[in-house]
Amino acid sequence: MSTITFPVTTSANKQHATQEPAWVRRSLIGLALVFLTLFLFIPLISVFYEAFKKGVDVYLAAITDPDAVSAIKLTLTVAAIAVPLNLVFGIAAAWAIAKFEFRGKNLLITLIDLPFSVSPVVSGLIYVLVFGLQGWLGPWLAEHDIKIIFAVPGIVLATIFVTVPFIARELIPLMQAQGTEEEEAAVVLGASGWQTFYHVTIPNIKWGLLYGAILCNARAMGEFGAVSVVSGHIRGSTNTMPLHVEILYNEYNFAAAFAVASLLALLALVTLALKTLIEFRNQQHQKEVTNEH
Amino acid sequence: MNTFKQHSILPGFNLALGFTLLYLSLIVLIPLSAAFIRTAELTWPEFWSVVTTPRVIASYRLTFGASFAAALVNAVFGLLVAWVLVRYHFPGKKLVDALVDLPFALPTAVAGIALTALYAGNGWIGQFLEPLGIKVAFTPLGIFVALTFIGLPFVVRTVQPVLEDIESELEEAAATLGANRWQTFTKVIFPVLFPALMTGFALAFARAIGEYGSVIFIAGNMPMVSEITPLLIITKLEQYDYAGATALSVVMLVISFILLLIINLLQWWSRRRSIRA
Amino acid sequence: MSIEVINISKQFGTFAALHHVSLQVQSGELLALLGPSGSGKTTLLRVIAGLETADSGQVLFHGEDATDQHVRERQVGFVFQHYALFRNMTIFENVAFGLRVRPKKFRPSNAEIHSRVMKLLQLVQLDWLADRYPHQLSGGQRQRIALARSLAVEPKVLLLDEPFGALDAKVRKELRSWLRRLHDDMHITSVFVTHDQEEALEVADRVVVMNEGRIEQIGTPDEVYEQPASPFVYEFLGNVNLFHSRLHQGRAWIGDIEVDAPEHAEAEELAAVAYVRPHEIEVERTTQNGEATFAARVIHVLSVGPIVRLELVRQNDEEKTPIQVEISKERFRELQLVKGDEVFIKPRRLDLFPNHKNKTDGAAQAQ
Repeated sequence: MSTITFPVTTSANKQHATQEPAWVRRSLIGLALVFLTLFLFIPLISVFYEAFKKGVDVYLAAITDPDAVSAIKLTLTVAAIAVPLNLVFGIAAAWAIAKFEFRGKNLLITLIDLPFSVSPVVSGLIYVLVFGLQGWLGPWLAEHDIKIIFAVPGIVLATIFVTVPFIARELIPLMQAQGTEEEEAAVVLGASGWQTFYHVTIPNIKWGLLYGAILCNARAMGEFGAVSVVSGHIRGSTNTMPLHVEILYNEYNFAAAFAVASLLALLALVTLALKTLIEFRNQQHQKEVTNEH
Repeated sequence: MNTFKQHSILPGFNLALGFTLLYLSLIVLIPLSAAFIRTAELTWPEFWSVVTTPRVIASYRLTFGASFAAALVNAVFGLLVAWVLVRYHFPGKKLVDALVDLPFALPTAVAGIALTALYAGNGWIGQFLEPLGIKVAFTPLGIFVALTFIGLPFVVRTVQPVLEDIESELEEAAATLGANRWQTFTKVIFPVLFPALMTGFALAFARAIGEYGSVIFIAGNMPMVSEITPLLIITKLEQYDYAGATALSVVMLVISFILLLIINLLQWWSRRRSIRA
Repeated sequence: MSIEVINISKQFGTFAALHHVSLQVQSGELLALLGPSGSGKTTLLRVIAGLETADSGQVLFHGEDATDQHVRERQVGFVFQHYALFRNMTIFENVAFGLRVRPKKFRPSNAEIHSRVMKLLQLVQLDWLADRYPHQLSGGQRQRIALARSLAVEPKVLLLDEPFGALDAKVRKELRSWLRRLHDDMHITSVFVTHDQEEALEVADRVVVMNEGRIEQIGTPDEVYEQPASPFVYEFLGNVNLFHSRLHQGRAWIGDIEVDAPEHAEAEELAAVAYVRPHEIEVERTTQNGEATFAARVIHVLSVGPIVRLELVRQNDEEKTPIQVEISKERFRELQLVKGDEVFIKPRRLDLFPNHKNKTDGAAQAQ
């Protein structure tokens, strides 16, 4: 009996019908990673490298400098005002849009998205046009000694403007997908409006709320263009962290600029981590829901 | 019946819609209208001369040119990144996937100074380009680099879900009909992805046009050469030329609105495509 | 508690969902609202519940006007089509919800809530699932929990929107007889919506057949099946054969045969359609002289089960419209029918409807 030898196919060159050859796969992955490395990873790493280049002492000195501390405080304050306001707005808008049928709904959704398509510089400028000395309310405000532009209120307003859509656009599709049956069931069972909202709606949207709030917060703390126009760059008073970075950088104090920048980069990384975590949790939850019956 | 709203037993519609409209009016609509109303104080020839001076025209050319080039690069590489993330497995994929959103989360000023430091003549990347005669920082090329950075996630994030939704049956069908992988990609997969790709491109382009923070550090900001339109608005503002700044911002707003309209149409097209598929 | 619906109309935009609908539900009765999608049955149920307000008309509960009462005050139990269980609460908390949201004065103590909820869970035979979440339950279990939840507030009437619509066929059948038994035990006035005729006929005391926002017929399952009041009811409930015919002064002509039609005594040369159920058609090998029969040919035989289904075509029918006939197995054996056989058929009973009422003129057969 003679033996017949078949050509041996190893798993490496066995090609699935809907997959590319291995060398194509590897080159594509390689090319994508090179692109991401050049444009994403190296810039990110360089922030921390530049921040610590002159040693930890210089780093610590830079972020404990009184002007830096006041910038950090202002940034936190602005976010602490802007995020809750946009949270309330997001819930109200999503409740109206997702739970009711009315005319002009699509127009309203577009209006909510509008700030995303406006240049940050223009976002700041329009507040100058309303509240600035040359603006509509300028003379009246000056008469009553109220400062909005080149002061904290202007920074808060500009920040709210650029972050208006974040939470609403997260909640609207989520609440639309959930429909109104659960709320109706609660009302039929005798729950009042607030009871329904608190016991039924809020638990169903809490992860979407958190997700939107995290993204909103990141943008609120990091906004540069709009805030730059309305702030007036007064050190120790109307300087947010991004503006402080700019001032230090323009003074050629690179180590300090990158030190403060590294805090913002850290904020970005924490934001991404939380965001990924929520997405992962949602996926798991989705799997559980679809698998268990 | 001609009612504004359909009946519902759920409470809170008036409160929710009322608050929404009030908030939007105070925060968004009234301030935005200020730009248009203030511009209306100019006569048409005045307006036209303000928004068409050679310096302004040069800034349009730069802003749009660099934004277009950056969006184009993002379309190509964004598609590649989305493909690799959806279709292939490699170590660290989850991390890479999460970091793609970095440009959304990283404050633009931070991105600006980091890119400037990297691409300056003595920077990590700049030192290799300088001997080749390529100057990036403080040139229009630098603007392109910054805009590529901030626009990077758009194409990836619009294409990714569509790619995930393509049924493997579609590709298997193509394979059984004798198509090779390249034919399957160009004739079956790419047409499905195309609307999403265009949407991503338009989003990246729109974002790039308005971008300020990451650009001003790396641009050099030379009038006529490397001065973008948003910077020109600030310059005019700092010179107390409110009329000029407002007129320019109206031009930017109108362009943004047109882009928003196009993006909405593209998304509508994209949704229709995916429903039909 | 009895329910009375008087002259209810409801419009959604340009679509008239309900058109002057009136209806009485007796106390303790189990009533089915049956109709195709878009017939207005769900809208009517939601109007009764107070989830929807009618444009005009009244809803009376036990003789009292409830039209302007809020759904919270109507004391109705409502089971939603997709159950609408609160996904963030356990099964126990779902059932307890209606008691927990009561104002403090009327709220039972925790111990009482616990015992009442557990009693209800036992009633639906799912007390062992109290700590689970809705997504961990099967469709049939969710359905029963939704029912228990609606019963927890001791409603005066129970309203169910397509209660078995989302379930697979087997679970559906089980739950159907279970619901019937539950109703017999509790005797709570109940109204349920369904598009499944079998479900309505099998479960309900009385059936309301709806079409295009109007009530076509109200009656016991037997009445609506045996004496359909309109062509729509005929076609919607069970299989039926349609024959073109002509009415004149109390006589009807269907092809070659002539029958009495005393209820159409005043008809003058009217085109009409005769409706004949498949089991109301007799099949013979031969015909006696003068007897009113059609000559037909067997084109298909389906002899699975106790009933044999035949498909026939009339000899002189150019359109070759198939006629459905059902005969017993014994009769089939007697006749020894095979495909291609020539036979004579005769409708045992038929109903005639003049054409102006009939929208599906020319259709041969409907489900």
